[in-house]
Amino acid sequence: MPDLLIELFSEEIPARMQARAAEDLKKRITDGLVEAGLTYAGAAALSTPRRLTLALEGLLAESPTVREERKGPKVGAPDKAIEGFLRGAGLTRDQLEERDTPKGAVYFALIEKPGRTAEAIIAEVLDATVRNFPWPKSMRWGAGSLRWVRPLHSILCILSDEEGARVVDLDIDGIAAGNTTRGHRFMAPDEITVTSFDDYTTKLKRAHVVLDPAERADAIWQDATNQAFASGLEVVDDKGLLAEVAGLVEWPVVLLGSIDEEFLALPPEVLQTSMKEHQKFFSVKNPKTGRIEKFVTVANRETADNGATILAGNQKVLSARLADAKFFWENDLRVAKSETGMNVWAEKLSNVTFHNKLGTQAARIDRIVALAREIAPVVGADADLAEQAARVAKADLSSEMVYEFPELQGLMGRYYAEAAGLPQEVANACEAHYSPLGPSDDVPSEAVSVAVALADKIDTLTGFWAIDEKPTGSKDPYALRRAALGVIRLILNNDLRLSLAEIFAKGYEGAEAADLLSFFHDRLKVFLRDQGIRHDVIDACIAMDGNDDLTLLVKRARALEDFLKTEDGGNLVQGFKRANNILSQAEEKDGVEYSYGADRKFAEDPAEIALFEALAAGEGAISSAIEAEDFAAAMGGLAALRAPVDAFFEAVQVNSDNQVVRRNRLNLLSDIRKRCGQVADLTLLEG
Amino acid sequence: MTESTGAPRSFQEIILRLQSYWASKGCAILQPYDMEVGAGTFHPATTLRALGSKPWAAAYVQPSRRPTDGRYGENPNRLQHYYQYQVLIKPSPPDLQELYLGSLRAIGVDDTLHDIRFVEDDWESPTLGAWGLGWEVWCDGMEVSQFTYFQQVGGHDCTPVSGELTYGLERLAMYILGVDHVMDMPYNDPQSPQPLTYGDVFKQTEQEYARWNFDVANTDVLLRHFEEAEAECALILSQEHMDPKTGKRIIMAHPAYDQCIKASHIFNLLDARGVISVTERQAYIGRVRALAKQCADAFVLTGAGGFEA
Repeated sequence: MPDLLIELFSEEIPARMQARAAEDLKKRITDGLVEAGLTYAGAAALSTPRRLTLALEGLLAESPTVREERKGPKVGAPDKAIEGFLRGAGLTRDQLEERDTPKGAVYFALIEKPGRTAEAIIAEVLDATVRNFPWPKSMRWGAGSLRWVRPLHSILCILSDEEGARVVDLDIDGIAAGNTTRGHRFMAPDEITVTSFDDYTTKLKRAHVVLDPAERADAIWQDATNQAFASGLEVVDDKGLLAEVAGLVEWPVVLLGSIDEEFLALPPEVLQTSMKEHQKFFSVKNPKTGRIEKFVTVANRETADNGATILAGNQKVLSARLADAKFFWENDLRVAKSETGMNVWAEKLSNVTFHNKLGTQAARIDRIVALAREIAPVVGADADLAEQAARVAKADLSSEMVYEFPELQGLMGRYYAEAAGLPQEVANACEAHYSPLGPSDDVPSEAVSVAVALADKIDTLTGFWAIDEKPTGSKDPYALRRAALGVIRLILNNDLRLSLAEIFAKGYEGAEAADLLSFFHDRLKVFLRDQGIRHDVIDACIAMDGNDDLTLLVKRARALEDFLKTEDGGNLVQGFKRANNILSQAEEKDGVEYSYGADRKFAEDPAEIALFEALAAGEGAISSAIEAEDFAAAMGGLAALRAPVDAFFEAVQVNSDNQVVRRNRLNLLSDIRKRCGQVADLTLLEG
Repeated sequence: MTESTGAPRSFQEIILRLQSYWASKGCAILQPYDMEVGAGTFHPATTLRALGSKPWAAAYVQPSRRPTDGRYGENPNRLQHYYQYQVLIKPSPPDLQELYLGSLRAIGVDDTLHDIRFVEDDWESPTLGAWGLGWEVWCDGMEVSQFTYFQQVGGHDCTPVSGELTYGLERLAMYILGVDHVMDMPYNDPQSPQPLTYGDVFKQTEQEYARWNFDVANTDVLLRHFEEAEAECALILSQEHMDPKTGKRIIMAHPAYDQCIKASHIFNLLDARGVISVTERQAYIGRVRALAKQCADAFVLTGAGGFEA
């Protein structure tokens, strides 16, 4: 069985698109081949900046013959009908077969689709794949109309087996498939002829191309950490940057460079951001001091001077960049330390629109300040400090550094607030109030930070709710889902007890609180589902009073989840459901609600009496446990009912002929329902 | 012309070598456009000639003005007036990357010692209604050129596609000549009887224009000029295609486009004066784009836009 090798060789593919494109190539080609009847044993997709490569092992040499039988019109049917059938089947009348069926003689067509060669199928599938490739953005070039991510130069497409390799005959808009490729753009630009995947990877490596992106990334990381280690330093881990850099080179050469002494006083985050964003450099730090002292750059070639010219050039560019950063840093510090301090920046925000229906950034800050004051006592923060923090938390948006590096917002605020001599809690809040940004980001715990973080997010949520700009489907341009999750995590991680409804009422005017709360409940379900809590368990708890107190809600849900995992819990819920079903049916039939309370004196059966006793024994204990928010104890109290309830259903027929006994038993079931209902709405549980 | 060899010694030698290189590759060497523009792309030899089906190959230096980048000549590499070298070839030849690398060699960049990289950078000009895909070209981590395959200009699909190369001349030259401050860069040969630095030529003008751009330019007058340019552009394009005097079909795409260039530059000046708010900004850009689009619509109806009577 032959192996297939495909390489699409183009001008430089954006680094961020390469991995996805290699996978898309694999999926589209293998899907197309399999659909046409060509199965294969294994597939590998690889990429470099200039090529997408797919290698398939053990491909069928041709697709199997397919036989199909089609039932046609009756013998003697009008000619038109028969001709239509013949056209569809691609046969002539004498090729039809007459068969007797219970409905009379009928024409049958036996169609045989002969297998096709792998070459023919590959040519077809590759042509369609190239023409319909799902690039995020594609382009035309020259005078042609073919689209690719950048100009496509050549296609290598060969089938190889013991007898050798043959080129698959195919031509896409003038690009004929062949058995050649090229090596490194500068180090080995000549044409290379290849006969198999092994031959291809070996010759490419000789031509200074490492085909596998993972191999390039590993080599970069190994070499970078080794070089850093030799100087007693360590490379700052950055997986995203590593993948990107591996997508920028075919022949990685790691160079360790120095940062001019005059820039080492810059905040490490500034150094790191500037080097990463502009230059794609890794930061190298001194593990003893935590300072960033050097950088690693990855060149795409070896040189006679061992990279000396390249490194000198990169160092020069970096110095120019850092000179800018230092200039911004010093200007900003001057402002922060001046008499007016960060207030100058805060005032500037009155010229910056936050959202055309929600006013300027300055107006937004005024709202956050007011809200932070309201929230402060609830989270145990000093209201004046919370106000002060909210006032300056976003001031750094006007600083030169954040203008240049927006991703440093908050962090610079902290540095500048410290420089301005503001209280440490205020400085911390400048940075922390944006957090948490995702499901795994750290959650602030300092009270002032928590107050400002909540105020910021609640203002945003109530604001966008008020102007009816809610997330829909996959669209969430203002990251409101993330904001709601942030609020949820702030509350849960800090065990905060607060009523969201009350806080919404203090947020942006005009937000529909009930709708916003149900949005929170949806986000909470997603969040807790990831922690293994079933959505119906949460629903059963959301149905209870006080569901805008998320800490209480989650406490209840966790207890219920645990309870359901016990044998007693699972069985009790079944018993409850049985009781509830019988009761609901009876209530519907009789048109009354059985909620008078049952009377023990009408109890006949010992199991019935035992249930009465169990209910009486548990009375008060569950209520007081719930009062004390000890849901585990409350559920434990319910567990005691499980055996008597089971025994009751085992022994007793609820629908007794004696109406008095029947009513009493229904009232007894109602007591069970009421008792269980104190804990959660168990009717919402599934299964 | 023979190619000079060895390292260039001055800013002007780098320009001369680029001119001679691209001339040898068949480009028409044009002169700068005689109007204030923000970038070489605005030259009608690029904007308009990228439209329509007629082949084209041109290269030129274009003085470019970005009023907000003025630093009174103090900043080592920021200027409100600088030079771009621009190449436009339609249709883009299959070996454009190789041609480009050849131009780097011509100006003394030895690619066996340097690390040249094509790093994704999609180009978009909201004021021209234009976009393309390509790269910024890095030499040892420094951006030395912009390389773009034009896909749309003035809202029109480019068929065929033009390849555009833009070199930031000062930055590139500083790198090649090993100079840290632009004003210290030799403008002509340092061995000449009258050696001049870039600062000798431009330091004073940088100061004068920075002051005018930031603090003095009369914004009322500028606002009026903007409106007038817009009105003139509309007036030009509203004329009959048939010239009543000569009886010839004369569509005045270029004079109209001059007004678009003017409006664009006035917008940049107003921006530097800080009188355009964030929300107004988008509106102004939209107005310039509307002009560019109308000019493109007109150009494709002319002979050089591929129109055949």
